[in-house]
Amino acid sequence: MSDQDIKQYQISEEPYYESQEDEVALYEAAYEARLPVMIKGPTGCGKSRFIEHMAWKLGKPLITVACNEDMTASDLVGRYLLDANGTRWVDGPLTTAARIGAICYLDEVVEARQDTTVVIHPLTDHRRNLPLDKKGEMIEAHTDFQLVISYNPGYQSLMKDLKQSTKQRFSALEFDYPSASVETSIVMKEAGTSEDIAQKLVKIAVTARNLKGHGLDEGISTRLLVYAANLMNKGIEAKAACRMALVRPITDDTDIRDTLDHAIDSIFA
Amino acid sequence: MTDIDISLTPEQQVYRDQLKCGFKQLDAVFADCMEEAEAVFSEQGIADYLSGASLVCMIGRGFEPVLIYLEEMPQIVQCTDESMIKTISQCVWDFSRTPNGKSILPFLQSIPEAARRLGSTEQLQHYIDVIFDMMKRTTRSIHGHVDTIPSDGLPELLNQTTYLLHELSIEGIKNWIDYGADNYRNHPERQKDYFSLQSADSRAVFQRERHGTLFTDNERKLNLYMHGLWQDHDHFVPYSLGFDELRKPKPYYDSLGIRVPDVYDDHAGISGINRYRATIAHIAAHRRWGEAIWADNFSPFQRISIEVFEDSRIEYLAIQKYPGLRSIFQALHPYPIEGSCDDVHSSCLLHRLAMISYGLLNPEHGYKESKINEFIARFHEIMEQGEAGINDMVQLGISYIAQSKQASDSFPNIIFDNTVVDYRDDNRHLWKFIEEGDEEESFDDKKEFERDEHDVDKLPPRHYPEWDYNSKTYRPDWVSLYETLHYKGDPEKINQILAKHDSLAKRLKKMLELLKPQQMVRIRYQEEGSELDLDVAIRSIIDFKSGHTPDPRINMSHRNDGRDIAVMLLVDLSASLHEVPEGCDQSILELSREAVSLLALTIEQLNDPFAIAGFHSDTRHNVRYLHIKGYSEHWDDEVKSRLSAMEAGYSTRMGAPIRHAAHYLENQPADKKLLLILTDGEPADIDVDDEHLLIEDTRKAVEELSSKNIYTHCISLDKKADDYIGDIFGKNGYTVIDHVEKLPEKLPQLFMSLTK
Ligand SMILES: Nc1ncnc2c1ncn2[C@@H]1O[C@H](COP(=O)(O)OP(=O)(O)OP(=O)(O)O)[C@@H](O)[C@H]1O
Ligand SMILES: [Mg+2]
Repeated sequence: MSDQDIKQYQISEEPYYESQEDEVALYEAAYEARLPVMIKGPTGCGKSRFIEHMAWKLGKPLITVACNEDMTASDLVGRYLLDANGTRWVDGPLTTAARIGAICYLDEVVEARQDTTVVIHPLTDHRRNLPLDKKGEMIEAHTDFQLVISYNPGYQSLMKDLKQSTKQRFSALEFDYPSASVETSIVMKEAGTSEDIAQKLVKIAVTARNLKGHGLDEGISTRLLVYAANLMNKGIEAKAACRMALVRPITDDTDIRDTLDHAIDSIFA
Repeated sequence: MTDIDISLTPEQQVYRDQLKCGFKQLDAVFADCMEEAEAVFSEQGIADYLSGASLVCMIGRGFEPVLIYLEEMPQIVQCTDESMIKTISQCVWDFSRTPNGKSILPFLQSIPEAARRLGSTEQLQHYIDVIFDMMKRTTRSIHGHVDTIPSDGLPELLNQTTYLLHELSIEGIKNWIDYGADNYRNHPERQKDYFSLQSADSRAVFQRERHGTLFTDNERKLNLYMHGLWQDHDHFVPYSLGFDELRKPKPYYDSLGIRVPDVYDDHAGISGINRYRATIAHIAAHRRWGEAIWADNFSPFQRISIEVFEDSRIEYLAIQKYPGLRSIFQALHPYPIEGSCDDVHSSCLLHRLAMISYGLLNPEHGYKESKINEFIARFHEIMEQGEAGINDMVQLGISYIAQSKQASDSFPNIIFDNTVVDYRDDNRHLWKFIEEGDEEESFDDKKEFERDEHDVDKLPPRHYPEWDYNSKTYRPDWVSLYETLHYKGDPEKINQILAKHDSLAKRLKKMLELLKPQQMVRIRYQEEGSELDLDVAIRSIIDFKSGHTPDPRINMSHRNDGRDIAVMLLVDLSASLHEVPEGCDQSILELSREAVSLLALTIEQLNDPFAIAGFHSDTRHNVRYLHIKGYSEHWDDEVKSRLSAMEAGYSTRMGAPIRHAAHYLENQPADKKLLLILTDGEPADIDVDDEHLLIEDTRKAVEELSSKNIYTHCISLDKKADDYIGDIFGKNGYTVIDHVEKLPEKLPQLFMSLTK
């Protein structure tokens, strides 16, 4: 693969990432040891952002694959395509990453069916290789290659859990929503709002997160807080922005909606 | 009687002559009454007034009714109009023609209050009509047509009118009265209980008619508020403001929960729900930032003062967390007006403290008094330093009492006006007591609590409503349902049944196998799969031939789709099950037992979550719900032993057991929920004569379930069931089994075909 091609996976500008605890150091160590990493955590808490940041920090290319249930092993590994001149092999993203020594990030990996996930097994143990059965080729992973998967244990059904044999190939970092002070500065930096507004937004999020399991599947994510702040930047009044960005997307339950609306009124008084 | 001036003006003498009433006592009051009447009434009004009084005089109930009529009429007219002068006297007359003479006085006495509350002729007329209607319906006759026995409920009702008028709209009163008159016409004792607001359903209907924001309607919202905004997880216990006349109870909390009123009206621009939130916020703030202190070190005044500062402190902290609370607290806090308390003759301590309390909430309080301002300032100074605790409030409280003391503070005439902050709790949690004497009391409390705990063994009844198709309303809390564990017999009996039906069981098993493969779903767009997906394959070839990149995912495969259904089987255990149907040598009960055993075996093999319960009833006060198998239990000896002890008795009141079963089924996480009812007849009970009533109620219950996504299916062994069963369960909601002896075979089959 040409340098040009590799370049497209390089992250040139530092993605802003506010560290929550010691996850940066932990990840660096895992990378040093080329351990596969699993990142768990609720939606919108900064998992993807973290990986982008780490790839930048380590100076490695990053290939991200959003998994879904229609995905097959070939979508990861590659396949023969038919064209007018016959057949042509095209590498899948996982193969590309193994060849060029990228960090391969499989986002929401549980969405993929279990027969798909097993193709990553040989890459994630001592073998560090990837057999391309159809092509009859065995790829030895580049020394820089690392596999990272993410998943959100919260709303998955029992049916969709990862197999033990898959889970036990990874080291894991568990993310949660950032602490109030960290989240406040994230909102401030991401959306360019005042500390006061950011603090209030975080308080509303905390209220909603307390209601998880009482009719809410997920609390308000950091991502939505940034949305709310962005709406305010566009001149939308604070309470209206909160209702639109924080409450309406996450619930249809009128009791919960009323309670969160009341929290907004109490906090943005 | 002392001599008073009874001389009449010549004009009044003319009036006196028009009033045909010979009571001597009249002379003493006539002049006064006429003075007021002349000021209020027109000439015609005065004429009606005098002839009205003459009529009231004629009923022969002594002087008192006449006096009340004369005294109160002017006021009544001021709230309504002069037509009432005639109306009321005529009512009194009509009243006296019934056996309810004793109630005339209370009736007459209720009119002025009714006029004041209702404030219009029309409304007052409604009120009178409602009372008369009730009287007519509850006055009974022994033989024939003439009413001879006075209404039992009427005196009780008239006792409650002031309260009713305060709590309910006139429509509410009417609905409440109608309900009692309809249901207890022929039950003197229950009628009395109802109209004196003693019985449970009386209170329940009363609550339903009440205005304002009801706790019951908002319980979940308030729980969410508590969880979400305060991370507090205690539960609420509502109390009623209605039945404690002397002192309105205040919110409080203790080890048994948080007590809040059962209803809040909108007040001072604050909605009922926000009043609840204010109360809860205040209590939550106590629980979060407060602690108990020893009471014995302080005088009563000091304690009151400390409470005020402590309440203000925790609210200050709550407002810091949720600034929006300030405006709510402030609106709900009474506003004591400076100088309105006469501190020469009465105790104004509460008044002064309330001013401080208000001033602490509202920076624009405008109070001039220097001590009050000084303490408001001191409070803020302490709070702004942060980390102020209850001990700082103790200091403030004591020092305020010391510095503001007035001799009149200990006068018995305490001014309470504008001092009661009704969203605040009674602060009982604030004080710890060392005295021995108090321990006794708390020991008593404890004992009572323990007794309660003990009763948990026998679950308290659950109350369910019943649908009354006549009035198209629910009778709230009408049915008491007791759930108990079915007692146990010998599990071997069931094993023998299963052995007897061995070949049937084997056949069923085969059917089960057939059931399973049909649970497959097709997955298309597979690169590798078990079959070629022709549609896609052809499309790919066309793409390929026309020079485009073909889609290689031309296969499909199949996946086993898990069944996701939860089942509840409700078995009618009424006395009629003892019958042995024609041509059978087993009773319906035996056949049911066999059928249920086979069904249980079947469902266990399918791995569907499954529960069994039996029910029967002996009037609405005693509906039994017998737990046989729960969702978490397996088809084991424990369950079998209960099934083997299954016995029949009593009647078939079906609505409440269905509702109760539904509440278990509702909590099952399954996609589809099925309630199977096995019964041998129509719903009926000994306390209900109208055969449609329970049928209609059952129909309603089934409707309720379907709105909760629960599918109900009835298996009836009643050959005549076709007459009514479709009405209850809907066209496809039932199966009638004609050959009862086939039941053991039919039931599992039916289940399988229902869930295919
Ligand atoms: N620690 C953080 N530093 C900077 N930004 C953050 C951080 N955490 C969250 N964010 C903000 O939240 C947004 C959502 O984060 P991200 O997309 O990484 O979530 P995620 O955990 O990957 O969610 P999902 O599971 O839905 O994919 C980011 O775009 C960023 O604005
Ligand atoms: Mg993401």
